[in-house]
Amino acid sequence: RGSSSFRSEAKSGRTDLIFLIRFRHCYLLRNQRCILAYLYDRLLRIRALRWEYGSVLPNTIQFHMSTEEVEWFNRYKKSLATYMRSVGGEEGLDLTQDIKPPKSLYIEVRCLRDYGEFEIDDGTTILLKKNSQHFLPRWKCEQLIRQGVLEHILS
Amino acid sequence: SFLQGSKLEIPLWLAKGLRDSKRRIISVELPKIYKEAWRTVFTADATVVDLHKMGPYYYGFGSQLLNFDNPENPEIAQTILQTFISRFRRIMDDSQNAYNEDTSVLVARLDELERTLFQAGQKGLNDFHCWEKGQASQITASSLVQNYGKRKFPDVDG
Repeated sequence: RGSSSFRSEAKSGRTDLIFLIRFRHCYLLRNQRCILAYLYDRLLRIRALRWEYGSVLPNTIQFHMSTEEVEWFNRYKKSLATYMRSVGGEEGLDLTQDIKPPKSLYIEVRCLRDYGEFEIDDGTTILLKKNSQHFLPRWKCEQLIRQGVLEHILS
Repeated sequence: SFLQGSKLEIPLWLAKGLRDSKRRIISVELPKIYKEAWRTVFTADATVVDLHKMGPYYYGFGSQLLNFDNPENPEIAQTILQTFISRFRRIMDDSQNAYNEDTSVLVARLDELERTLFQAGQKGLNDFHCWEKGQASQITASSLVQNYGKRKFPDVDG
């Protein structure tokens, strides 16, 4: 009784409703696209951090990452490490090193800010104080240069 | 609620979403630069047009416009393509020859796609000069971190 009149009413208003539903659906899809674009851009930057900065992120950056992003970073790190271990023979190959083609084993660096003590392979420690200059093995300094602690000086 | 026959300005993505060949909900009117009058200007000499003012997404937006059933679509597509072809050579030349210069005049009348191309050319040029100077092997600080260093963050215990 009541249901048949409801059905015919619903049918007559149908064309209006379809427009509104489509309209709203468009907005929802667009919002979804915007959010996904934003989140994806963040993910690309987080991934770049592993290559440009290192495997340990500074607190200032982690503070601004969501739990899921931190988790993603850790999983990516692990994936990369597994892959690097599987190439290049027994010891694996650190692909994040020597991003720029190396010209020499040792390089001249200047300290950009107070960092503290730094141990090199033969056991000796060096004090990295702001503006001090050192002649150090390239593979030891690379990460610190990328992190902005040291500056690579070309002779 | 909208009256049938009313004219509105809506964003492209909305127009795309509402388009339906079965139920004619909306019909799209072409923006003037894709219409015949402007198309003849483009075919005459595309290199003088200020695409930044006209666009700034002349190519991207134009390509999206082709989604709507418009009888002029083949002409529109052809104009967009020919415009790109005629302008490309100069963009490439400019981007490869402007080293360490103020390029604002060169990019002023380019649309966004062309500006991206120009920047790609500049990057290639700069990388080449860097290599020539022997700086290609210099390790540099991560640009992501340099920016973070300049901003102030609230104190977090680590």
